Amino acid sequence: MNMIQAINSALDVMMERDAQVVVMGEDVGYFGGVFRATAGLQQKYGKNRVFDTPITECGIIGVAVGMGAYGLRPVPEIQFADYIYPALDQLVSEAARLRYRSAGEFIAPMTVRSPFGGGIFGGQTHSQSPEGIFTHVSGVKTVIPATPYDAKGLLIAAIEDNDPTIFFEPKRIYNGPFDGHYDTPAKSWAGHPDAQVPAGYYRIPLGQARTVRAGEALTILCYGTMVHVVENTVAAMGLDAEIVDLRTLVPLDIEAIEASVKKTGRCLIVHEATRTSGFGAELSALVQERCFYHLEAPIERVTGFDTPYPHSLEWAYFPGPVRIREAIAKIMKD
Amino acid sequence: MSDRTESGASEGVAGRNLPTLELHVPEPKFRPGDSVDFSHFDIPAADATARPDEAVQPAQIRDLAYGLIRVLDEDGGAVGQWNPNLPPETLLRMLRAMALTRAFDARMFRAQRQGKTSFYMKSTGEEAVSIGAALALARDDMCFPSYRQQGILIARDWPIIDMMNQIYSNTGDRLKGRQLPIMYSAREAGFFSISGNLTTQYPQAVGWAMASAAKGDTRIAATWCGEGSTAEGDFHSACTFASVYRAPVIMNIVNNQWAISSFSGFAGAEATTFAARAVGYGIAGLRVDGNDVLAVYAATRWAADRARSNAGPTLIEHFTYRVEGHSTSDDPSAYRSAEESSLWPLGDPIARLKQHCIRLGIWDEERHAAMDKELAEMVRDAAREAEKNGILGHGLHHPMESLFEDVFEEMPWHLKEQQQQMLDEWKAAGL
Ligand SMILES: Cc1ncc(C[n+]2csc(CCOP(=O)(O)OP(=O)(O)O)c2C)c(N)n1
Repeated sequence: MNMIQAINSALDVMMERDAQVVVMGEDVGYFGGVFRATAGLQQKYGKNRVFDTPITECGIIGVAVGMGAYGLRPVPEIQFADYIYPALDQLVSEAARLRYRSAGEFIAPMTVRSPFGGGIFGGQTHSQSPEGIFTHVSGVKTVIPATPYDAKGLLIAAIEDNDPTIFFEPKRIYNGPFDGHYDTPAKSWAGHPDAQVPAGYYRIPLGQARTVRAGEALTILCYGTMVHVVENTVAAMGLDAEIVDLRTLVPLDIEAIEASVKKTGRCLIVHEATRTSGFGAELSALVQERCFYHLEAPIERVTGFDTPYPHSLEWAYFPGPVRIREAIAKIMKD
Repeated sequence: MSDRTESGASEGVAGRNLPTLELHVPEPKFRPGDSVDFSHFDIPAADATARPDEAVQPAQIRDLAYGLIRVLDEDGGAVGQWNPNLPPETLLRMLRAMALTRAFDARMFRAQRQGKTSFYMKSTGEEAVSIGAALALARDDMCFPSYRQQGILIARDWPIIDMMNQIYSNTGDRLKGRQLPIMYSAREAGFFSISGNLTTQYPQAVGWAMASAAKGDTRIAATWCGEGSTAEGDFHSACTFASVYRAPVIMNIVNNQWAISSFSGFAGAEATTFAARAVGYGIAGLRVDGNDVLAVYAATRWAADRARSNAGPTLIEHFTYRVEGHSTSDDPSAYRSAEESSLWPLGDPIARLKQHCIRLGIWDEERHAAMDKELAEMVRDAAREAEKNGILGHGLHHPMESLFEDVFEEMPWHLKEQQQQMLDEWKAAGL
């Protein structure tokens, strides 16, 4: 399965198992979503459980809060993560705090799915990585899968979770892994070990990182599309690096991070989002607090630049193999 | 899981002696494979609608928000009180601008298919909405368009090469390759920078209009959004501000029936018209045949005169049809009947104006065919010219370091550092 099919399968499995699960969003019903992630679901589960919504992200999330309060388990789709900003107040001030402010009387058990990230020539409003905004907010979980297998297992766990969860889908790798070389032909998931996705139910608990590759030379913390770019860069360098795919940013698998950095003594953090106040800054602070005496070199970050996402210069902006290689060389020098 | 479900919620049974509630989810009339029947369409006669004074109170013209203002009748005559009685040269200018918009769309759509750019959006079938309005506004009124009003730039004689440079994100692109194709910005043409986020331009247009009023200026603002976008909160904030401050603004809703795959019912069309959104805000609301360029012109002129005389804002619904896909990423045959566009009862805006001009004796089929040929050649030549400045992804673009310009007026240390880092890395990699 590719990642879209895996997501579709997770939704299908959960709608089958739990009559409270409803799927909603712009174009998700009859058409099955602009990326086809919800294809066939309305036909199978009916319009009461899979429906198109008006184009109002703040309305979609606010309505999902109300549905959750009733006892449903809404899985709203925000068509592109760039369009989550109009919904920010409902997410940040309402969904994220409902449990806390009502002392558990009301909850907002929703899973907000949204394609995110760049590498598709989507320009400023189809390319952003806003995860740092949500990790900064208390009461909302943030999940980012990097493979079809993980996408399904994590989405199932997120839907079962009683807290509001933001589920960001790296759209660059919907149809195949991406090694960062934009000028070579696209690869498909076919034949990839992480694309062998069981048809039925399975879950990957939130808060558990995945060691993509064990190694001794340095630890690279990453998630989403960057996992593949990092993996490929490391392989090309012939380096014995340990690559940790975080999978969920909140809750974060701090034990896995700590164990890995203490083992290797070096740490590189890679993400697509802009640098300043990005999640990499949090990771860097955590590693510094917990592993300082094990570090043999300063922690490095490779991130998007602190500019809006460009169109024609996308590949200069995108944290690709060149930048990752340079950062690794710098860390390994000391 | 589901531990919070209240009793009976899953079954939809109230457990009391009451009828069970039902959720209404709208469904369009026709889906792929359906044959289309528009005979239920209630189209008022072209001369049926009275034209009130521009200073009228909104409450007195509520019926206009539920009707359909038309000028061009079935035989190509221009009739009724809304007939703007335009001189032949204006009619022919309109015709040419609409035809050029269509030719431009055709060429640029093809350019996307040929891999010369990443994306394109056509306005086929909706040309009258932009062209009629652009000609009714003053050249220095400020437009806050959405992504389907390329016709405004064309009607304002903006160089199409400039538009193409933007689409190709090349060295001639005034926006330095930063925006998605068709997200133009042309301050000199009174064309505000387009956002990809729906309806953000709506309150901005109202703000511009309020500023113009507060400063004692004479210029007004106009803005456009699709019917699907009227669901966004920004649309409603804009209406409140426009009403409260009587802002000199024209708020256009282009009801082309489809928002990607969602029909207009998902924005509320089953319950009322989009022009009727105005009623609740106490704004003048007009509903117009959007495929009748003379009606669009007349309504816009009415609204502009109203705004200029401090009588307040107007909301205009342009009832039209999106003939082509939403964008180059869309395939409308997956969600709507293939027959819809050809059977659309309000016809094609270019064909209707052409028929009118022929009837007036100022135009004929031969001249029209010659014009189409000339325009196709013109856009082809312009595209070739623009391609000399580069096409997307082929190396001819603004310099790499320009990536960091214009984030702020002055570049702070961290951006300077990142800029240098990028250049060093590319150099070290031999790129
Ligand atoms: C805030 C926001 N949400 C979602 C989108 C994705 N999107 C782009 S166009 C579109 C449909 C808009 O339809 P409509 O307003 O009717 O305009 P039309 O395309 O028909 O001209 C959607 C959902 C977006 N661009 N911005």
